[in-house]
Amino acid sequence: MLIKRPPNGIDIPFPSEITPRAIFESRRDFIRKLAVGSIAGGSLLEMATRNAFAESGSGLQKLGGKPNPNYVVPDKPTSYSDATTYNNYYEFGTDKSMPARYAPAMKTRPWTVAIEGEVKKPMTLDIDMLTKLAPVEERIYRLRCVEGWSMVIPWEGYSFSELMKKVEPTSNAKFVEFVTVEDKDAMIGLRRPVLDWPYVEGLRIDEAAHPLTLLTLGMYGQVLPNQNGAPVRIVVPWKYGFKSAKSIVKIRFVREQPRTAWNVAAPNEYGFYSNVNPQVDHPRWSQASERRIGEDGFFSKKRPTLMFNGYSQVASLYSGMDLKKHY
Amino acid sequence: MAFNPAPRQLAAIKAIVFTLALLPFARLVWGGFAGQLGANPLEFITWSTGDWTLYFLCITLAITPLRRLSSWNWLVRLRRMLGLFAFFYASLHFTAFFWFDHFFDVPEMLKDVAKRPFILVGFTAFVLLIPLAVTSTNGMVKWIGAKRWQWLHRLIYVIAPLGILHFWWMRAGKHNFEQPLIFGSIVAVLLLLRVMWALKKRRKERGLLHAA
Repeated sequence: MLIKRPPNGIDIPFPSEITPRAIFESRRDFIRKLAVGSIAGGSLLEMATRNAFAESGSGLQKLGGKPNPNYVVPDKPTSYSDATTYNNYYEFGTDKSMPARYAPAMKTRPWTVAIEGEVKKPMTLDIDMLTKLAPVEERIYRLRCVEGWSMVIPWEGYSFSELMKKVEPTSNAKFVEFVTVEDKDAMIGLRRPVLDWPYVEGLRIDEAAHPLTLLTLGMYGQVLPNQNGAPVRIVVPWKYGFKSAKSIVKIRFVREQPRTAWNVAAPNEYGFYSNVNPQVDHPRWSQASERRIGEDGFFSKKRPTLMFNGYSQVASLYSGMDLKKHY
Repeated sequence: MAFNPAPRQLAAIKAIVFTLALLPFARLVWGGFAGQLGANPLEFITWSTGDWTLYFLCITLAITPLRRLSSWNWLVRLRRMLGLFAFFYASLHFTAFFWFDHFFDVPEMLKDVAKRPFILVGFTAFVLLIPLAVTSTNGMVKWIGAKRWQWLHRLIYVIAPLGILHFWWMRAGKHNFEQPLIFGSIVAVLLLLRVMWALKKRRKERGLLHAA
């Protein structure tokens, strides 16, 4: 029998016959969406419109957490447009306007979070299971960036300790590590070695267990916009903003202090603890005061920064520690 | 391609360059009033005026090499104005720092300058620009004497690298070296050309000396 072989003599198709990866992936994606659409009905439409909504920055899915009166501040919340257009999210570029421009392209569904390490019940939860794990509530927190500006954000989520109860950390668990997604297609910032990707942050176990530490799914009554860390992030209001890892895919309970992204990049500038502390300056600027976005303008001084960003209830976590050394 | 503008043409060129050089400032004023400078307008103003100081320092330093390479000698007639624009944007940049970061508190500002190398370097570069701006008039050139004036204005060879260092350090904490690297390379090329030309000239002079 005559078997026709290509002139290159091997049974490998010519490069010109191979469907480019981008095209076959988009075909698969289309089929997947169709399949999901036929089961769930209209979810294709939903997917298509969600991106459009994400771009316009409004109309995201409602979350409807009940306001928790124990977690409010007298400060005026920052405008939604400021909070969603002025972001540090280096995976989408180092300029603060870039996340709002590029993050909407990231897919946040399906999304799973793997919880592993020193826990009795390791598990992988998808975002819907995570959302239903405990009642979602609204908490208004101050957010202080290490760069010297601040905002006030109504977050939606529940205490991280609720999740800890489910996975049951062992007595070996001394720290918690949060790992951000590394989505090479959507995250154009990953092409540059600004940080050692993926972004890793961490807390000591007692910090993670503190009721203020919020597993966050939304803000301003809706699910998180991508540039603010969708679909799930951590918010630790008494620490500088970069400690609050975004778009988490992995939560690890570990024995050793995690090697966190900024601490590895510049250990003399960003410590592991990074508690908001007006008495310990950043090497290149003072941390004694801050500029509240949308408020402190041309005719007002910067406002004084509060110890632990005003959350004095966490002070006992650090009793006996020299916070100048453990900055 | 020898292009030699007539006095009226040169005046028109100067007017155009002057207007263009004011555009970044106009944009800040306009954007400030229209609320179009983003969530942190003060930071935007501080950064933008800093950027434009570096642009004008580079442009000013490029005049002599451009003149030599193109033999467009009239370009030198634009140099004073461009240098003064570098000073103009540097002054705005300093004012932004003094106003927005310290709200005109002189002791606080000086404490910040003394404590932080990256600010100290930027501040030094700004202070060094002042004598250059002050002595930029024709009268001043005459009063000081052309030779000494030229020596004084070589301070720009120190000021530009200080400006780059200031920018470099500002970005260092975030490992964001792309822009400082571009500015740094441009200034390095512009300064190296001068070193090269100076060495050549010296060799030539020495050659002439031997010949004699």
